[in-house]
Amino acid sequence: MTALNRDEPVAAPPATSFGAMTSGRSWLALVGHALPWAIIIVFYFMAGGYLSLGTQVLIWILFALSLDLALGYAGIVTLGQAAFFGLGAYAAGLFAIHVSPDPILGHIAAVLIAGLFGLVTGAMILHTTGVTFLMLTLAIVSILFEYANQARSLTGGDDGLQGVKIDPIFGMFEFNIFGETAYVYAAVVLFIWFLISWRIVHSPFGRSLDGIRQNARRMRAIGTPVWWRLLAVYTLSAAMAGSAGALSAHATRFVGLSVLSLLTSGIVTVMLILGGTRRLYGAFVGAAVYYLVQDATARISPYFWEFVVGLMLIATVLFLEGGLLDLGRVGRRLFDRLRRRPDPT
Amino acid sequence: MLSFAATVLLDGVSYGMVLFLISVGLTITMGLMRVVNLAHGSFAMIGGYTAGYLTQKGVNFYFALVCAAAVAGALGGIAELTVYRPLYRKGELSQVLLTIGLVFVVTAVATEMFGAFPYPMVFPDYLAQPVNIGFRTYPAYRLFLIAVGAVVAAVMWYLIDNSLYGAKLRAAVDNSKIARCVGMNVNILFTGTFIIGCALAGLGGAVGAQILSLEPSYALKYVVLFLVVVIVGGEGSFKGSFIAAIALGIIDTLGKYFVTQAAPYLLYAAVFVLLLWRPQGLMPSKAAG
Repeated sequence: MTALNRDEPVAAPPATSFGAMTSGRSWLALVGHALPWAIIIVFYFMAGGYLSLGTQVLIWILFALSLDLALGYAGIVTLGQAAFFGLGAYAAGLFAIHVSPDPILGHIAAVLIAGLFGLVTGAMILHTTGVTFLMLTLAIVSILFEYANQARSLTGGDDGLQGVKIDPIFGMFEFNIFGETAYVYAAVVLFIWFLISWRIVHSPFGRSLDGIRQNARRMRAIGTPVWWRLLAVYTLSAAMAGSAGALSAHATRFVGLSVLSLLTSGIVTVMLILGGTRRLYGAFVGAAVYYLVQDATARISPYFWEFVVGLMLIATVLFLEGGLLDLGRVGRRLFDRLRRRPDPT
Repeated sequence: MLSFAATVLLDGVSYGMVLFLISVGLTITMGLMRVVNLAHGSFAMIGGYTAGYLTQKGVNFYFALVCAAAVAGALGGIAELTVYRPLYRKGELSQVLLTIGLVFVVTAVATEMFGAFPYPMVFPDYLAQPVNIGFRTYPAYRLFLIAVGAVVAAVMWYLIDNSLYGAKLRAAVDNSKIARCVGMNVNILFTGTFIIGCALAGLGGAVGAQILSLEPSYALKYVVLFLVVVIVGGEGSFKGSFIAAIALGIIDTLGKYFVTQAAPYLLYAAVFVLLLWRPQGLMPSKAAG
């Protein structure tokens, strides 16, 4: 009973490597792959005052992508992803204040710390499943939240971590108020992690995660070291979430206590589910749609977006289990059914 | 010293009773009916706001409590019929997501209706006063909490463990197919049980409003505590969740007296260790096996 239960067996991924794209119906796949990145590049030139919003979207795409590996592919139902995002953000912020203002070093440190935390906590809790696992992840994120709230001298408590100063990247590209550097920085980091994720989910390792999600007991029976595989992907996912957190700290030069809150875990899950799990690009669609909806509804009333996002989430679970990227397939099925109805024979 | 210990005990037990009152509904919906119900805190909040609104309008306190339970129960019933029923067959992830969605919706509506700030509730004067309990004076409100909690615990214990209704419910939860085959209407049973669970949450949210203060973030903020009570107690075990709630109340109170700095995360750390040690909780119910 992990992940969204789908009745039909999971279809093989469309293209299994970059090489496969050069044959058959490759042009369609190529356009599909090029589109999100083209949008990200074009947005840089068109955005104007919205560029920092774009950076936020990129950061949350990366965060949702990290969750897709753990939750989507491996079926690890967690509510503790904010722990790694927050840890990465605080690590990057504190590193800049106390150790070195170099963004690259700080980023690497944040990724390592979040990954290590994922490794340690994962090793402690991954033998459990279901509600117990869910509660353990909640406990972890709550411990971190309460600690960060109490340790005011270190984290600034609920005022947030202020006074983060970052050097220019490679000593050349300065973080300025227009956010051009931050945007490109986030886009490049996202692209690197995307390539890594792509390679992983289409590797034998990735396929074994698929198997574990569908039936862990059977995978164990055929000799897959299930626990080790889960630990590996959990650690990787933690490192990635930490990377997103570091981006957030660097882009805003600020870390708010809310990065560690349960709401953060909730929102990233919402984004992933809205976009669709196990597609990698689901994270892109989900994060973008979430921010669009938030921006549009917040104009009507500051709390309206929460209402709309809640309704969207309920509707997605009840009617659209594959997320927005599944709209086409669901629509086709509905169309088929409507077409068949007038002909009862 | 002895009177100090008694004070800590009373503080802890009264706080634990609030946790129990609210969580007992979750023990039903999550422990027995197996829905990971993160929206449970929302029903407690709905009850709290209902009672808060009515008492501010000058309505009788006890009538306001009844209304709180009724409104929370009615909304719970509607939610069960519309969104929870399809969930029984789905996995944990769907349940988590949908109930988080509900939390978002309820939080937004509460903010829109009552504002983002803590919402005061008017308690009768005699509950606000301290009373003499022999060795010291003690707030009547907290004694009232203990009394309400004890009554609800006794009623629930009778209802679930000793009544025909309880036997039917346990049967339907264990094997709903067979229960249907012997002629029980499982759907109505589940809807009714869900209503009871939500009504109890509403009652708990209302009477506990002075300890868990009413604000729109209530629904998300405290749900972890309620989940902890249910999971630590052992899913579906009333005795377990009662003990867990009281223990949690006492531990938290002790923490506030002695280690003010570390209290909140020590609590979660304790839960973490306990769940690693006993993943099924303190008293796993036999039905859960």
